Amino acid sequence: MLGEGILKGLAETAKNFAGSYFSAERLTTVEYPEQRIAPIEATRDFPFLVFDAENRDGGGPEWEAGLRCVACQICEKECPPKCIYIEKSKDKKLDYLGKAQYYPARFDIDISVCMSCQICVEVCPFEAIKMDTEFELSTTDRFGGLLLDREQLAKPNEYYHKIHPTEAAKVDAHLAGEKAKADAKVKAAADAAAAKAAADAAAKAATAGGEA
Amino acid sequence: MTSTNKVAAFESARNKPEDWNRPPIIEPDGEGELLEVAMGPHHPSTHGVFRMDIALDGERVIRLKPVFGYLHRNHEKIGESISYLASMPFTDRLDYICSLTNNWAYALAVEKLTGQEVPERAQYLRVILAELTRIQNHASAIGFLLQEMGASGTPLMYAFREREKILDLFEGLTGSRMMCNYMRFGGCRVDASAAWLDEARKVVAGLPGFVDEIDRLLCSNEILMARCQGVGILRPELAINAGVTGPMLRASGINYDIRKVDHYGIYDRFQFRVPLGDHWDVYDRFMIRMLEMRESIGILEQALKDIPGGPVMDPKAKIRGFRPKPGEAYGRIEAPKGELGFYLISDGGPNPYRYRVRPPSLINLTVLEDMCLGQNVADVVLIFGSVDIVLGEVDR
Repeated sequence: MLGEGILKGLAETAKNFAGSYFSAERLTTVEYPEQRIAPIEATRDFPFLVFDAENRDGGGPEWEAGLRCVACQICEKECPPKCIYIEKSKDKKLDYLGKAQYYPARFDIDISVCMSCQICVEVCPFEAIKMDTEFELSTTDRFGGLLLDREQLAKPNEYYHKIHPTEAAKVDAHLAGEKAKADAKVKAAADAAAAKAAADAAAKAATAGGEA
Repeated sequence: MTSTNKVAAFESARNKPEDWNRPPIIEPDGEGELLEVAMGPHHPSTHGVFRMDIALDGERVIRLKPVFGYLHRNHEKIGESISYLASMPFTDRLDYICSLTNNWAYALAVEKLTGQEVPERAQYLRVILAELTRIQNHASAIGFLLQEMGASGTPLMYAFREREKILDLFEGLTGSRMMCNYMRFGGCRVDASAAWLDEARKVVAGLPGFVDEIDRLLCSNEILMARCQGVGILRPELAINAGVTGPMLRASGINYDIRKVDHYGIYDRFQFRVPLGDHWDVYDRFMIRMLEMRESIGILEQALKDIPGGPVMDPKAKIRGFRPKPGEAYGRIEAPKGELGFYLISDGGPNPYRYRVRPPSLINLTVLEDMCLGQNVADVVLIFGSVDIVLGEVDR
């Protein structure tokens, strides 16, 4: 019968239309600003710099002292659209491992250029840069407003735990492992130094005894 | 020449075998002037920034010249000036509907260049993601085709409803809905959790219902048949000579699917059939996409059942700062739109010496004039929709 196919199609749309009054599954859209869908954990948009709340070294505000970034400039080099600009500091500060490291005197990301590819996160050996989930970033100033400096980029580790809990737990475990390794090394070095000092002292005593 | 004679002249010009590869020359009859129309770039039928300069004799298309290049972003030259890794997110932006297959093709080319091995689990993940990409691409291609036919909204919205579920899966695994940037040389960036795989199984279990729904909604629709059948015929000889690939080629009856020909990845382990058309028209191209979705669902079910544990990254693989030995490699896969290939030449440096993309959209578009000549102007939109292009890939 001519028109049978059309009627079949109409029955399908009618089923969907009527169903949308009864079944929540058939309602697939939400009224965005008022309603929001649950965030997905792996979501990424723009990078931010992680700082640890406990001050590591030196003065200044908490975010500046606790930045994990050591200004190695790998992310700047690897960034495909080249939206990161870093200036290395002249002096060094102690990091969480007790090693003297540079810090970024300037760290800018132009998020109007950034394409959220997260290659900076992947190449960072210090777990210092991570992806944010904040997407409501519209501003009236398209140049200055979208060029974020290090104060705007710095966010605490607790925030990172809030937005990517699984990933952040892994990162913390990794950092704790590094710290334990460094501590063990320091302890071993101290032990070795102490043992050497003791041996030296003993040898000295023996020589002294021999002379006497 | 009267208009009946003109039709006869056109038909005879198309029916001589030696003319199959040559566009028929249709002389205007001199009774009236040719009307030149620029369709697009603001015409709603054109995807992105694409324009067709059409010469019309009445309703009949005499000449058609596709004009593109407005979205040219220097992709290949940029690829030669940045490292191998840094090109990966740019490949997402070629065919932005199916970024994961673009990732795979590029990763395959670099893996051939460096000789890296891909672990089992990563191979399975790649197949799962590529087939999900194929389903969502074909669903939206059908939606766009129907939109161009005048079915304003319903089929497209149904397709997008399902596409959204697949994009949520992509977001859950890769962090982004469309710009996934997921595959790496020698594996995949992150592992899929058990929860993600369960979610994927749930979505895949719902997909046959969606294809059935589209089937009931469209496939026997008389208006769709009247508009599509016998329109925009692409002869197999021309399709082969023009280098057309993908669903377009298979709708012209040529059994050529790189998944079957090359067995790249692990496609030799899955049971699936290659649907072929035998009328070579727009309706065949539409039906091929419907059938391919069903085959993809079959592959997904097999892959999600068999996926093994293990690492997703070759432990020896270096992400950054590697320098492949001098040489060349061509990696190609069956992307949803056709054969997508990346050709790389290395001179031993950290950047490729030559980086070339073989885009299926551009090459499938080259036969647009041949399909449209002699057709009505209203069918041009339809034929164009059945090619299924993305301008990001055409212009690069």
